[in-house]
Amino acid sequence: MDAMPVYLDHAATSPLRPAVLEAYTAALPLVGNPSSIHGPGQAARELLEQGRDRVAASLGADPVEVVLTGGGTEAVNLGIKGLYWHRAGRVATEGGVSRPRTRNRIIVPLAEHHATIDSVEWLAAHEGAVLDWIEVDELGRIRLDALEAALAVGGDDVALVTALWANNEVGTIQPVAEIVAAAARYGVPVHLDAIAAYGSVPIDFHAVGAAALSVSAHKIGGPVGVGALLLARSASVEPLLHGGNQQRARSGTQDAAGASAFGIAAELATADLAEHAARLATLRDRLVRGIQSTVPGAVLRGDSDPAGRLPGNAHFTFAGCEGDSLLFLLDVAGFSVSTGSACQAGVPEASHVLLAMGLSEPDARGALRVTLGPDTTADEIDALVAVLPGVVEQARAAGLAERQPTLGR
Amino acid sequence: MSGGVDSAVAAARAVDAGHDVVGVHLALNRNPGTLRTGSRGCCTIEDSMDARRAATLLGIPFYVWDFSERFQADVMDDFVAEYAAGRTPNPCMRCNEKIKFAALLEKALALGFDAVATGHYANIVTVTGDDGASHRELHRAADWAKDQSYVLGVLTTEQLAHAMFPLGATLSKAEVRAEAAARGLTVAAKPDSHDICFIPDGDTRGFLAGRVGAADGPILDRSGRVLGTHTGAAAFTVGQRKGLNVGFPTDDGRPRFVLEVRPVSNEVIVGPREALAVAAVAGSRFSWAGEPPADAATPFACEVQVRAHADPVPAVAAVRDGELVITLDEPILGVAPGQTAVVYVGTRVLGQCTIDRTVSAVPVRP
Repeated sequence: MDAMPVYLDHAATSPLRPAVLEAYTAALPLVGNPSSIHGPGQAARELLEQGRDRVAASLGADPVEVVLTGGGTEAVNLGIKGLYWHRAGRVATEGGVSRPRTRNRIIVPLAEHHATIDSVEWLAAHEGAVLDWIEVDELGRIRLDALEAALAVGGDDVALVTALWANNEVGTIQPVAEIVAAAARYGVPVHLDAIAAYGSVPIDFHAVGAAALSVSAHKIGGPVGVGALLLARSASVEPLLHGGNQQRARSGTQDAAGASAFGIAAELATADLAEHAARLATLRDRLVRGIQSTVPGAVLRGDSDPAGRLPGNAHFTFAGCEGDSLLFLLDVAGFSVSTGSACQAGVPEASHVLLAMGLSEPDARGALRVTLGPDTTADEIDALVAVLPGVVEQARAAGLAERQPTLGR
Repeated sequence: MSGGVDSAVAAARAVDAGHDVVGVHLALNRNPGTLRTGSRGCCTIEDSMDARRAATLLGIPFYVWDFSERFQADVMDDFVAEYAAGRTPNPCMRCNEKIKFAALLEKALALGFDAVATGHYANIVTVTGDDGASHRELHRAADWAKDQSYVLGVLTTEQLAHAMFPLGATLSKAEVRAEAAARGLTVAAKPDSHDICFIPDGDTRGFLAGRVGAADGPILDRSGRVLGTHTGAAAFTVGQRKGLNVGFPTDDGRPRFVLEVRPVSNEVIVGPREALAVAAVAGSRFSWAGEPPADAATPFACEVQVRAHADPVPAVAAVRDGELVITLDEPILGVAPGQTAVVYVGTRVLGQCTIDRTVSAVPVRP
């Protein structure tokens, strides 16, 4: 790999934009805790609040609704656990007998990100939550009829609904307005995980009417370790972190440099969103057409209607291939892509998202996610399309050898 | 790259030798543990991190490949099935035979690699045969104390053709550790792994409980007299002394040992230690590591090793009626069906068989 690899994994993390890097490095050496009373403290506070203002503006929210966090995972955890704890109340014991919580159901679609899945499963294991998993269709889109049915079974018992704004693997955009409207009919607050959608589709927090919404800076060219939970004025959460009460629902010294950099990234990612998204969609469609016309057995997963999926997302499965072989061969050829699924110790497993969409495990294992970013060029797309047929053919041979080795028999 | 010091140094030497090397860590367990516990077990996330760090330091790409399904089917299920059949398997040999030099090797070949290099202590020697063609032979490592040629004895000519063992010429493990330290590898002082990787606590019987069907059955002596009851024959191993729970001593007061496990009739046969002595072993599942003997039907002198750390003993071997039959010059103890007998000529591994049956050196007294 002599040449710079072609980076097509922007959904995993997107490179820092130059203006963000400039703002970040300019802010890092500044002295002053934003909570301090003195001059340097006040200067740091101003930098922080400018960042918060920009993040709020990029999402159609008020600054007071922006709780800055240490990343997207923390935001999702705070949104889900915080709403749950507030709504369900504490476990009380009466005469040594623990009283069941009220409103302990969580309604959650099957194809969520692991930050959500692991949070709700933890609440089920430790905090008495009852999980209502909602099916998704073959495009990965929540079944609104199933959501409605779950709400109708005693909406009084429901602590919250949590859902993705857009799926991080297959890029399917969810009907968030309908989800929020359905929950609102039962008085149930909604947390939306907009981490994958942010910077790719317009997000208007006030217009959508969710109680809480999570975003992350590094998916839009900001720094890693910075995120935000938007929390409506009317919403309340129990905090995860206790301490100095520096923010609504979150303690901990605030990161002025991170907030400043996040603010610049937010502004850049949303200022020309329509043009940016159109440019990505054009490149993405070129990629999809290229793959479909040159690689036998390639199946586009998610919504084939460009309006129904994130503009920078192309997701394919290649029958008979293992995702790890595809990844290896493309890495060697100089392309950084993803299988799209979460991995522990770097082991690609069949994606729960694809399984929830009804794919078989062998089909799901041959997944490849290509996600485009602001610096992606048509030449890079064409180069990927040029190598992919050979890569898939070789990965199929490897898959066959791996499944049915003739040695050692 | 397991995350241990041997495979890290093997990779380093392969890089030094000018090969285009990629580090691969095998994910063999769907639910790996997070941390190692002392020297036990392997394949934890910590091990995979250690392997990744070593690869990064060597400047080679690193990938984790998931063989957990194959490992389950070919090694773990086989391990349980062998015990259920009253045999004593060696899962490490099965892993070399079916995973490292089969599933992994074939996948690697398909992806454009030429060979799989591992941190095993063994040598491959290329010789020119009488026909003028060159052949690859598997030999013991220079360091006999660390020699692992036994667990590679299952490899066939085809598998050896694509195998590399960069540690084979190493004179001691200390040398490997010193080299790892000199190279700045973080695993230089990492403890060796022991035991079976998928039984990290070393409790084989606990692992088998619940996986192997168990029913009460008789404990018999060699004349067929019932001495007691056991709770499942498959939990017993030939040579086992403890845990028999026969309520009364032998006439001469000497301990009893398991001589035979009969899973079909669910019987465990016990007797005196000397009755464990085996005069010959035989198995129909045999293979040659490289060129086979010119005439395997004619008995030939060799040495045979029946466990990873057993001493080799002189024997005569021949293929008879589809079986490799190995007659020992002197009877040996501690041999059970399921074990692998590896046949050596000098330092060369000639081949192996999985032992199907043993011939006792001590006939049953009437």
